[in-house]
Amino acid sequence: MTEKNIPLWEVFIRSRTGLAHRHAGSVHAADAEMALQNARDVYTRRGEGLSIWVVPSHVITASDPADRDSLFEPTASKIYRHPSFYDVPEEVGHM
Amino acid sequence: METPLFTYTLRLADNALILGHRLSEWVGHAPVPEEDLALANMGLDLIGQARALYTYAGEVEGRGRDEDALAYLREVGGYRNVLLVEQPNGDFAHTIVRQLLFAAFAHPFFEALARAQDATLAAVAAKAVKELAYHLRHSAEWTIRLGDGTPESHRRTQTALDDLWAFTGELFETDQVERALIDRGIAVDPAALRTRFERRLDEVLAEATLARPAGGFTQSGGRAGRHSEHLGYILSELQYLQRAYPGAKW
Repeated sequence: MTEKNIPLWEVFIRSRTGLAHRHAGSVHAADAEMALQNARDVYTRRGEGLSIWVVPSHVITASDPADRDSLFEPTASKIYRHPSFYDVPEEVGHM
Repeated sequence: METPLFTYTLRLADNALILGHRLSEWVGHAPVPEEDLALANMGLDLIGQARALYTYAGEVEGRGRDEDALAYLREVGGYRNVLLVEQPNGDFAHTIVRQLLFAAFAHPFFEALARAQDATLAAVAAKAVKELAYHLRHSAEWTIRLGDGTPESHRRTQTALDDLWAFTGELFETDQVERALIDRGIAVDPAALRTRFERRLDEVLAEATLARPAGGFTQSGGRAGRHSEHLGYILSELQYLQRAYPGAKW
């Protein structure tokens, strides 16, 4: 079985209304409909899901781990960007 | 003397248990892990239906038999499932086509049973109809991909359909057990579902570039306790533990 015949799909599950879809893992499937069914069978067996997205893994453009220093290191010294200097009112709920 | 309601409930329970057991035989052997889980999920749906139905059959019978007594302590001849569900898994195409044929029948069947007069059967059916809708969807999509796939997958899927077709006639048979219940609005008349079954199946087969076998010969007898030799092997595995260690719990 090759990646060419059965491609990889990334699975995103939304667990509750109002929350965002979160990456749950990946499945192999021949096409989008089967990927959706496989995602349902693999990742929603314990009542986790209200909605599923599947995305072909190959269309995801990822950052290069070698660029980590230039991409992410400069933010380490900018603590003032964190929302940690004020309290979020409870009524706001999920942000 | 069995009452019609007991026999009817037992038939539905046996269908679910035996097909569920067949699917469980795939665990660890499916072509990919995703399908291993899919087959196990469908098997667990069916075994869940069987448990509810056996419990109800035991209540209807009123002789103190629970779900375990009915599942584990009956002989081959006491089983009332249709022959289709005891057919061997064969290759993946046989398993998928068997699931498609059963689900294409059972989905409209449970829809109708959910509206029937017996409150318990209607409640079990209302839950089962959602599960069977997925079994139908999953097996139909696989049938389309196998039939319209490679020459080999097409050949194997057509062979599976030809092999299993003779067992579909039994799904629509009725005997005096059912007729008594149909008249009272408790049982579903399966003959009324046949057009829907064939229409749904034809849609799938057309997309799958497969040919529906011509009517002809029907193999039946399972609902009256006359089974193929396969059921004995299923029960010897299924019942081994309770037979060897009566009353064992874990």
